[in-house]
Amino acid sequence: MLRFSLARAGHAVVVLLGVTVVVFTLMHLVPGDPVRVALGTQYTPESYEALRSASGLDRPLISQYFHYVGSAFTGDLGVSFRTGEPVTLVLLERLPATLSLAFAAMVIAVVTAFPLGVYAATHQGRISDTIVRVVSQFGVSVPDFWLGILFILLFSSTLGWLPPSGYVPLTEDPVGWLSRVIMPATAVGLVSGAIITRFVRSAVLESLGSEHARTARAKGLRRRIVRSRHVVRNAMVPIITVIGVQAAILMGGVIVIEVVFAWPGLGRLTFDAVSARDYPVVQGAVLLVATLFLLVSMAVDLLYARIDPRISIR
Amino acid sequence: MNAPGFAVRDLTVVLGRGKRAARVVRGVSWSVEAGATLGVVGESGSGKSMTVLASAGLLPPPAAVTGSALLGGRDLLKLSRRELEGIRGRRLGFVFQDPMTSLNPLLTVERQITEGIEEHLGATRRAARDSARVLLETVGIPDPDRRLDAYPHQLSGGMRQRVMIAIALSCGPDVLIADEPTTALDVTTQAQILDLVRERQERTGMAVVWISHDLAVVGGLADDVVVMYGGQVVEQAPVETLHSAPAHPYTRGLLGARPVLGRRRDQLTAIPGTPPDPRALPSGCVFFDRCPVKGDPRCETQVPDLVEVGRRHFARTFCPEDQ
Ligand SMILES: Nc1ncnc2c1ncn2[C@@H]1O[C@H](COP(=O)(O)OP(=O)(O)O)[C@@H](O)[C@H]1O
Ligand code: SF4
Ligand SMILES: [Mg+2]
Repeated sequence: MLRFSLARAGHAVVVLLGVTVVVFTLMHLVPGDPVRVALGTQYTPESYEALRSASGLDRPLISQYFHYVGSAFTGDLGVSFRTGEPVTLVLLERLPATLSLAFAAMVIAVVTAFPLGVYAATHQGRISDTIVRVVSQFGVSVPDFWLGILFILLFSSTLGWLPPSGYVPLTEDPVGWLSRVIMPATAVGLVSGAIITRFVRSAVLESLGSEHARTARAKGLRRRIVRSRHVVRNAMVPIITVIGVQAAILMGGVIVIEVVFAWPGLGRLTFDAVSARDYPVVQGAVLLVATLFLLVSMAVDLLYARIDPRISIR
Repeated sequence: MNAPGFAVRDLTVVLGRGKRAARVVRGVSWSVEAGATLGVVGESGSGKSMTVLASAGLLPPPAAVTGSALLGGRDLLKLSRRELEGIRGRRLGFVFQDPMTSLNPLLTVERQITEGIEEHLGATRRAARDSARVLLETVGIPDPDRRLDAYPHQLSGGMRQRVMIAIALSCGPDVLIADEPTTALDVTTQAQILDLVRERQERTGMAVVWISHDLAVVGGLADDVVVMYGGQVVEQAPVETLHSAPAHPYTRGLLGARPVLGRRRDQLTAIPGTPPDPRALPSGCVFFDRCPVKGDPRCETQVPDLVEVGRRHFARTFCPEDQ
């Protein structure tokens, strides 16, 4: 267990280093001068040079990189060009909004996808299966922000049931949070859910047709037990994979939906930071999302090992 | 011995519908009495598995099954799902070909044995564990206490098949259906499994249906043998008769395909050609394409009936070999 965790942590560090190289290079290749953008109307040659050297941008790229990675290890991700705030603080401030949105979306996705997928698989070829398949195919091909806009038009502009956008922290006002998270989370969750539904359906179908499921039936176990203990349980390994992938994708994939709903999360932050050429914030946000990604995949691996005795973690 | 035997009557299985319908079992009948062993042989794809799976309602829904499967005076094909679940595992035990895939990789050996015992015999978890331990001993697994907590991947192929047999025997079935249980095993293990089943049968008087693509395996075990080809029974006889006086050209081919002492392996006379596609069966004799005899004008146009060619000996051919 410990060795497994250490190995994964080492692996994660290597991946994150790779991520920093890519982001760092990309940010410096993108046209646009962050110092100019940051100064805006206060631009003078003197203030330009001062800010440039204060931000370390006058140093060679390679030395900038090593300086960045070195401080990142201590939790210092630099300061925002735009606001001068420490990036780490800015990110931590935005993290709960994104996490709570992603979590709500995942709950919606799993709660709809799991029963639908299992139901469709166990009713293969019936009309209900066809309906699930057609609807989920539709869900897979719809962009989440489009659904989000549709929701705003319907539930806010027309019916006036829900606030169209904005955010209040879950910890301060749970009801307010819920009324605001429900639309973006549903928009994202349904699209993810459609993907998961299709996976659940095919995983359960495969498990239904497996030889060990046939053995379970040959034992004379009741259908309910065959399905829960032998069919769905065995389908969980591939299902958990896709749920994990979807959860990880959500962390970075809520950018557009956060913009649509004025949701002050990491996505929104990244969007604004890219527009302003605020390198440190973009780099920090990407690094954080990559870390979340890795954490989710570690959690998935741990879950695997709990379900499947053939996977041993020592 | 008053345990009932098992019989299928005029069993037909059609998979799929319309043009793609595959008639994989066509009017198969056989029976086996308590304490006796019926061997079912035929090349791969001849419908052996489909016959026994269909008889116990183990085929997935797109299969259309007609005929009857009689166990203890009841037709399994007429029972409700719930009633059938009460018979499978309780009175009808199954052992399948591949012990790698037939066991659930995620459950312990104990759980896979006890769940049937709990279901059918109403045993407590504890009592079921005790039974499972005894069963493992019975099927020749050393150190049963440790094996109970093992997962299938921690066991050898032979051990796994023993576990499968323990599962099949766990509720004291009247009938054991073994569908190529030794095909995936090495020769030594194969012989051990054969002995094990024979010994169990002598003790309990259960009926055994032993399916194999190898006449030699069935020969040492069965009382009667049914030879299947293209979804039909093409010959049926007591095992000695089948060896001494095979009547159907296909059976003679199968016997010829066996390595015989004193003959070199390269002299093996396998039957050239492949079995027919159950979606496009010939209009005449199902064996016509590959038959070396074809000794009757009706061979190509008419399906021969299964006729009595000797004492308790039936063959489906226009030209039975009379020896
Ligand atoms: N799902 C399926 N759909 C159509 N045909 C099938 C299917 N499964 C098996 N078959 C066909 O059914 C026939 C009988 O198969 P089976 O009973 O498994 O043969 P055996 O056990 O004698 O090797 C074979 O020709 C096989 O190709
Ligand atoms: S009926 Fe004709 S074709 Fe068929 S097995 Fe007999 S001899 Fe051969
Ligand atoms: Mg078979």
